[in-house]
Amino acid sequence: MKIVVCVKQVPDTKGGVKFNPDGTLNRAAMLTIMNPDDKAGLEAALRLKDQYGAEITVLTMGLPKADEVLREAMAMGADKGILVTDRVLGGADTWATSTTIAGAIRNLDYDLVITGRQAIDGDTAQVGPQIAEHLGLPVISYAQDIKVEGDSVIVQRQYEDRYHEVKAKMPCLITALSELNEPRYMTPGGIFDAYDNEVTVWGRADLKDVDDSNLGLKGSPTKIAKASDKVPKGAGEMLKGDSPEELVNALVGKFKEKHII
Amino acid sequence: MDFSLDKKHEMARTLFKEFAENEVKPLAQEVDETEVFPQGTVDKMAKYGFMGIPVPKEYGGQGCDPLTYVMCVEELSKVCATTGVIVSAHTSLCIDPIMTYGTEEQKKKYVTPLAKGEKLGAFGLTEPGAGTDAQGCQTKAVLDGDEWVLNGSKCFITNGKVADVYIVIAITSITEDKRGRKKKNFSAFIVEKGAPGFSFGTKEKKMGIRGSSTYELIFEDCRIPKENLLGPEGKGFPIAMHTLDGGRIGIASQALGIAEGALERAIEYTKERKQFGRSIAQQQNTQFKLADMAARIEAAQLLVYKAAMAKATQKVYSVEAAKAKLFAAETAMAVTTEVVQLFGGYGYIREYDVERMMRDAKITEIYEGTSEVQRMVISGALLK
Amino acid sequence: MGLEEYKGVFVFAQQVDNVLDGVAFELLGKGKDLAKDLNTDVTAVLIGSDVKGLVDELAEYGADKVIVVDDPELKDYRTEPYAHALASVINEYKPEIMLVGATAIGRDLGPTVSARVATGLTADCTVLEIGDFPINAVAGQEQKHNQLLMTRPAFGGNTIATIACPDNRPQMATVRPGVMQKITPVKGAKAEVIEYNPGFTPNNRYVEILNVVKAVKNTANIMDAKVLVSGGRGVGSKENFKMLEELAEVLGGTVSCSRAAVENGWLPVDLQVGQTGKTVRPQIYFAIGISGAIQHVSGMEDSDLIIAINKDEGAPIFDVADYGLVGDLNKIVPALTKALKAEMAE
Repeated sequence: MKIVVCVKQVPDTKGGVKFNPDGTLNRAAMLTIMNPDDKAGLEAALRLKDQYGAEITVLTMGLPKADEVLREAMAMGADKGILVTDRVLGGADTWATSTTIAGAIRNLDYDLVITGRQAIDGDTAQVGPQIAEHLGLPVISYAQDIKVEGDSVIVQRQYEDRYHEVKAKMPCLITALSELNEPRYMTPGGIFDAYDNEVTVWGRADLKDVDDSNLGLKGSPTKIAKASDKVPKGAGEMLKGDSPEELVNALVGKFKEKHII
Repeated sequence: MDFSLDKKHEMARTLFKEFAENEVKPLAQEVDETEVFPQGTVDKMAKYGFMGIPVPKEYGGQGCDPLTYVMCVEELSKVCATTGVIVSAHTSLCIDPIMTYGTEEQKKKYVTPLAKGEKLGAFGLTEPGAGTDAQGCQTKAVLDGDEWVLNGSKCFITNGKVADVYIVIAITSITEDKRGRKKKNFSAFIVEKGAPGFSFGTKEKKMGIRGSSTYELIFEDCRIPKENLLGPEGKGFPIAMHTLDGGRIGIASQALGIAEGALERAIEYTKERKQFGRSIAQQQNTQFKLADMAARIEAAQLLVYKAAMAKATQKVYSVEAAKAKLFAAETAMAVTTEVVQLFGGYGYIREYDVERMMRDAKITEIYEGTSEVQRMVISGALLK
Repeated sequence: MGLEEYKGVFVFAQQVDNVLDGVAFELLGKGKDLAKDLNTDVTAVLIGSDVKGLVDELAEYGADKVIVVDDPELKDYRTEPYAHALASVINEYKPEIMLVGATAIGRDLGPTVSARVATGLTADCTVLEIGDFPINAVAGQEQKHNQLLMTRPAFGGNTIATIACPDNRPQMATVRPGVMQKITPVKGAKAEVIEYNPGFTPNNRYVEILNVVKAVKNTANIMDAKVLVSGGRGVGSKENFKMLEELAEVLGGTVSCSRAAVENGWLPVDLQVGQTGKTVRPQIYFAIGISGAIQHVSGMEDSDLIIAINKDEGAPIFDVADYGLVGDLNKIVPALTKALKAEMAE
């Protein structure tokens, strides 16, 4: 079985979000990580590899630095890494991004494509289903469990109040939830191998069956009209009191003032 | 001269840090309090290859270098010095001598399961009457047909009882020199747990690193196969000394980690703790102390990494290892003591980790050669 | 490209088990506002099997027209037949705006359909309005009027972007549930009903549903609560949530939680507030032992009154709180419950 896993390098929000003095987001000061949903998708692929045997190719689109997430994926057990990077691909919205990634995947042999549900920087959850649409694949989003049975996958597809157990013939595309599993750690030897091996780098010319008019900023139907980093809401009032009782009394006083009680 | 780490080492550090934060830190207090060996953590470390980091892949290891191994012990020790020393004793004191002096059969048979973490390793040199003066050892080994027969005991053995494979140093002959002085000739042996006549004494109750399993090893007509002699007969003492050189780099990393962990806590705490209307981090006294500690820790780190690089590239690295261990251990002790002071009363309370770190730090000045021994090694090289 | 051919505001009227989802009404409410600005009408697109009975309800909530795609293949949600249905409706009826709820269905259907009809899609919008693009005229660039301006938080709520889709139609958005206001239903209102069936021929993209497993729902819907008493990692244990329940009880509220509480197995996921949970806007929101990671804050910051209780005075939750109490929640919460009980009794 051949599996393609799509991953994205995103700023890490866990260590705290950093702002510039003017209140805008300081992306440069933030560490980057493999997007959590994507990592769950990779772990799902690695478990399929452990269980049934598989060759896993990880694919990312981004700046040259995004090579790091491919190495990380390889250090966890993925077999190959492909970085799609090109100046003309920059500024892409989800349509242009999915067009680009589909163009890269067309070069590959695969039974299964796994993406994360959504990235923590964009939160759109659109790229996975859109890749499937461009490739003409069945898509199963929000996977909370994945099994392989013959030439099909059986997936638990999560909804708000239920899940569907869904069967699809491969090739197909699955989007993974971070709740799907607890991703494994890398191994030290895996890290050394990942850096001793080559990552394949593709540019615009390597994309198959895509039109320039659908790529990058120019090929993005959605345009940013206005972007602002959200200014945090002004801090409220810290209630004073030396004991829990005093604090509580202060709060009850505020409740009375506001006629809440 | 470039002091920055390359990408693979950076990533390895990220891995060790994540593992330590998620898997080791939450248990550190409990491990100390209950004095229970953290077997679950060791199993997890085995799964991810931490028990054989500098070992070539053909022997079940990760194929990384001493620097990677050192960073692993460092990051583990930042959150739990017990976990750090388990890896250090296993890797430096058991795997390393077999890799260096073992026959191909010995490497295949012992290193492979050790590096995979299926088995745990330990090392026995110290005896009740022979600490710094290792020549004072009494344990003897006599060849009887196809077997060596060991008699004696070893004390304060890290990973004792939980380990499956032990490197044991014993006297195999006594010769007289020209002037008629008696000289003990030592040899090194690989002893497996379960060998007939091999048992364990009582568990030591320690000041620090309380989850590490410290036992006395007892040999009463303990019989092991002839082929378990490690290295040439009579070369046990240099083998032990060379092994300790490597071990000292591991302990130096443990000490470094303890100091770094304590400084991290101090930074967090002094920013939060308010006295006289402002955080104590805003007091210059605190700031200067933090600065001194940071400078000292970085100096220790450079010595430790230099020693690790020396182990990777040089045959002999005794002085580098001694300097690293001496400085890192004294740094750990000084920094943890200072951090407890910065914490004030809270520093003395067990709920706050720095009290444990201070107790853990002390052993790094003692085991695998006291700070005095390190000074002997360093000055010996200066004056020879 | 004939963009002017595209007319009207369409909303996807999501139903599950032949019950309309609340977000369908919210989209109709918003759709009405937008349609008014554009001088056009609102059409609900109702897709399912045996769903015609839901038409009147959509009319009562503001639909001028309802396009019904009714077919046995559409019984339970599956991406392919639904995407085929909605994409066919778009190609046939050419709306200028297509709104879809950002639900587990909408966030699958939306991107698939937008890729199929080759238009842009803006995810998880919280504000929709009609305006100019570019917002301020730029020399040498045509300023287009009557554009849908779609505002959405990104990066877990740290940034906000307003997006337009000037050159493609329809302008598509998925809209976060719980944000838009539905109208007070107009009893007896009727809509023009258009039945449409593009034909459904199963192909490789039709997946097979083997099982539908419904979660046992025994918890209150936190999106409807007026008072939420929310707990996080600092609460420390499942047992300690009892304190929060007692406080909630006094105020007639409901207990909710942060992701940490769900991960620790203290509370079920349907009580989770935040980016991967629910967006809530209660009148009073207590954040107890919640540090205030941005992913949590983005789900509760629009609450009318936020009270934070945390032992760490540097916790970011205090940046969004109206009132902050620094101290041990194990002491403050029971004391507060007791004090409120006493006040209420007076």
